[in-house]
Amino acid sequence: MIPTAYYILLGSGLFTIGVIGVLTRRNVLIILMSIELILNAVNINLVGLSQYFRSVDGQVFAIFVITDAAAEAAVGLGLIIALFRNKETVNADEIDLLKW
Amino acid sequence: MFPLIAFGILAAVALASGIMVITRRNAVHSIIWLIVTLFAVAGIFLLQHAEFLFAVQIILYVGAIMVLFLFVVMLINLDVALKQAQFRRQWPLGLLTAGLVLAQLVYMIYKMGAGLRLPAQPPGPEPVGNTQAIGQALYQTYMLPVEIASLLLLVAMIGAVIMAKRKLE
Repeated sequence: MIPTAYYILLGSGLFTIGVIGVLTRRNVLIILMSIELILNAVNINLVGLSQYFRSVDGQVFAIFVITDAAAEAAVGLGLIIALFRNKETVNADEIDLLKW
Repeated sequence: MFPLIAFGILAAVALASGIMVITRRNAVHSIIWLIVTLFAVAGIFLLQHAEFLFAVQIILYVGAIMVLFLFVVMLINLDVALKQAQFRRQWPLGLLTAGLVLAQLVYMIYKMGAGLRLPAQPPGPEPVGNTQAIGQALYQTYMLPVEIASLLLLVAMIGAVIMAKRKLE
């Protein structure tokens, strides 16, 4: 029997890696991948606590999180394609149309 | 003992390949490492007797979302990005912020969990038949959220089509 806190610690570690990716990388695609890492960290926490409370509610919410991830990936990648068509870049620093 | 060793290996693989995801210069390599991470997370789900989520993780995440990522990376010409600096100028600040977040999380888990041990599990029968239990919860208790999620997917689909279209008229 693995202590539930280990799952939460693993979730925190994966979450932090995702946050580092979002904050430090310049490639928009890798920022999107870091968001996937963050969502996976959330899923680990949800499933760990669902096992702890002996209820499937957490796993049901993990399914909703995966649904969200799919929707987010579709829209985000559509945005990246539109962006690349207009500005010829995937660099987050050069996307400053709304800045002044 | 076996579950603990398996958990340790899977957690190490997940964290190490997660670090590889955010440090690789080439986006295709990042995707391959992300797939390794997702497989490790799927293994952790299996370890927690969440068999349905294990299958969903592999079919949906690895099979669908990652292929979508791969398609977009292939569509976009990455030769320019390979020669540019891969991190932002303010990366030490980002690293510091993320380190603070991690320290805070670990501190609170340690404090609230009384030395990494949560209070004893509430008594109750072990749930039988993971997939069956999830199906019943999804289609009875969570009927409305399922409908909202399907609507969200529809909106995302339309949004992606409109976004990737060549010209709006």
